[in-house]
Amino acid sequence: MELTDREVAEAAIKSGAGNVDEIMQKMAEHKGCETNSDGGKKASCGTEAGENDLPPEIWEKVKNHPCYSEEAHHHYARMHVAVAPACNIQCNYCNRKYDCANESRPGVVSERLTPEQAAKKVLAVASTIPQMTVLGIAGPGDPLANPEKTFKTFDLISKTAPDIKLCLSTNGLTLPDHVETIARYNVDHVTITVNMVDPEVGAKIYPWIFYKHKRYTGVEAARILTERQMQGLEMLTERGILSKINSVMIPGINDEHLKEVNKAVKGRGAFLHNIMPLISAAEHGTVFGLTGQRGPTAQELKRLQDSCEGEMNMMRHCRQCRADAVGLLGEDRSAEFTTEKIMEMDVNYDLATRQAYQARVEEERNAVAGAKANELQILAGEDSDIKILVAVATKGSGRINEHFGHASEFQIYELSTGKGAHFIGHRRVDLYCQGGYGEEDALETVIRAIKDCHAVFVAKIGGCPKKDLAAAGIEAIDEFAHEFIEKSAITYFKRYLEGVKDGSITHVDKGDAEIRPGEVAVDVVNETVAAE
Amino acid sequence: MALKIAASCVNCSACEAECPNEAISAGDGIYVIDPAKCTECIGFHDDPQCALVCPIEETCVIDDSYPRYQAA
Repeated sequence: MELTDREVAEAAIKSGAGNVDEIMQKMAEHKGCETNSDGGKKASCGTEAGENDLPPEIWEKVKNHPCYSEEAHHHYARMHVAVAPACNIQCNYCNRKYDCANESRPGVVSERLTPEQAAKKVLAVASTIPQMTVLGIAGPGDPLANPEKTFKTFDLISKTAPDIKLCLSTNGLTLPDHVETIARYNVDHVTITVNMVDPEVGAKIYPWIFYKHKRYTGVEAARILTERQMQGLEMLTERGILSKINSVMIPGINDEHLKEVNKAVKGRGAFLHNIMPLISAAEHGTVFGLTGQRGPTAQELKRLQDSCEGEMNMMRHCRQCRADAVGLLGEDRSAEFTTEKIMEMDVNYDLATRQAYQARVEEERNAVAGAKANELQILAGEDSDIKILVAVATKGSGRINEHFGHASEFQIYELSTGKGAHFIGHRRVDLYCQGGYGEEDALETVIRAIKDCHAVFVAKIGGCPKKDLAAAGIEAIDEFAHEFIEKSAITYFKRYLEGVKDGSITHVDKGDAEIRPGEVAVDVVNETVAAE
Repeated sequence: MALKIAASCVNCSACEAECPNEAISAGDGIYVIDPAKCTECIGFHDDPQCALVCPIEETCVIDDSYPRYQAA
């Protein structure tokens, strides 16, 4: 008897003590705390490179890191601790005044922690969320502008929770001064934000830097910054520390230039490049927000990412998360772990339970990978220039398992006969689903966010939205509910191509779509609405 | 003879580490400068470090209620 992919996957998962959700639930009950059985909510995908594409020592470093591996981020969680409030540069896309629980974007946190509080928080989270494998320090300022706090935190955690991977994210200005210390703490992953390699471009992004007791402005500031960034990157590469480059795409300022950035960082050994859209709204109070500098559209971002893809691994699953985010990418459980709650928690760091749980996660991962191996066979013999995008509502585990109306984001796949189903990003739609907006607004928001897609795959959808989506040229498909995403998408694509061939479907290119920024504070939104 | 920190301080702590006189500490919601210790960085740097590193303009400013610092 030949088993389907899904049956194989399910059998593999069932072969053990139970699935991941069940284990989570049991652990939570044991600990007497509540858990969201929907722990995989809003999972999406770094690099697509898998075990067979990377040298074994690199794969070992990235395989459980949700920000370095597209595949891992479906299964493993990360947390950031906000121990580093100070910064040494000013960026036109950042407003240091912001401190809001309703925001989800870099540089924003609800509360700052001492290294000791951070260490306790890491243990509390690691005990509650056993798939949390990575601790990052990402701000809300620059970790390396707060070296004592950052390294003290690493020191405490490396002693109490040695299985957790450490990483940090920096603007790079003082990176060369700290590479030795970074290496000493076995920090395997460093992210550098590089928005330019040309000081003339940099002068439009950075008003000033503080370096060696002086404030530098303009082109001189940007020249120092880029020299220090490139030097730091080279030093990391020499020591075998993996580096990811984050770049903010700012249309009209550095959009074309980021191709040069891509070459420069690749040449210096960067592992992964993450080009992110500028988040810019007047209510954020950033220079770019106030001057009306726009962010890129979905297709502008995709074109730039595509053009850099041949050069090096591109990260497409970044959620531009907060400096105190906790959980799988795309979810934020930081509210469960406030300092007040942590200090009351009786934390028992149980390495054996964590390892047992992670072994189960590995089985689930292998099952998904097994299913994926066969999917391209569906398209065997097909050869077409047609490429289409589809949106997927998912809670994680690689399946179409979210109701259309409950989705706070959609994963976007590009379908082609060359690459099958290729993950290219996600689109947020959460803001307008809550707090005072009518159903119609919510639907319009979704349509604007995915209108470059031919179809949206959902576990379930009502008749009305289905009709409205159809009117916007987006087919809502629920026949693949709870199936694996990629296989379903390819099955749909094969049918689409056959329809084009026999004339029952007329292929049309779709337009562009909007990139939605992180949530803004509810009161700001309401004020905006009231003003309209 | 000192700088002071205005209410616009965002509590980022950047100034604390840069002060050569250890005159800056966390106060009630904002950082504060001890005027008895502040030398406006005279004798250490060309410009007051807190004012240079502060991300909010016009927040680390000369406190006019004290006479300007004179190097010994």
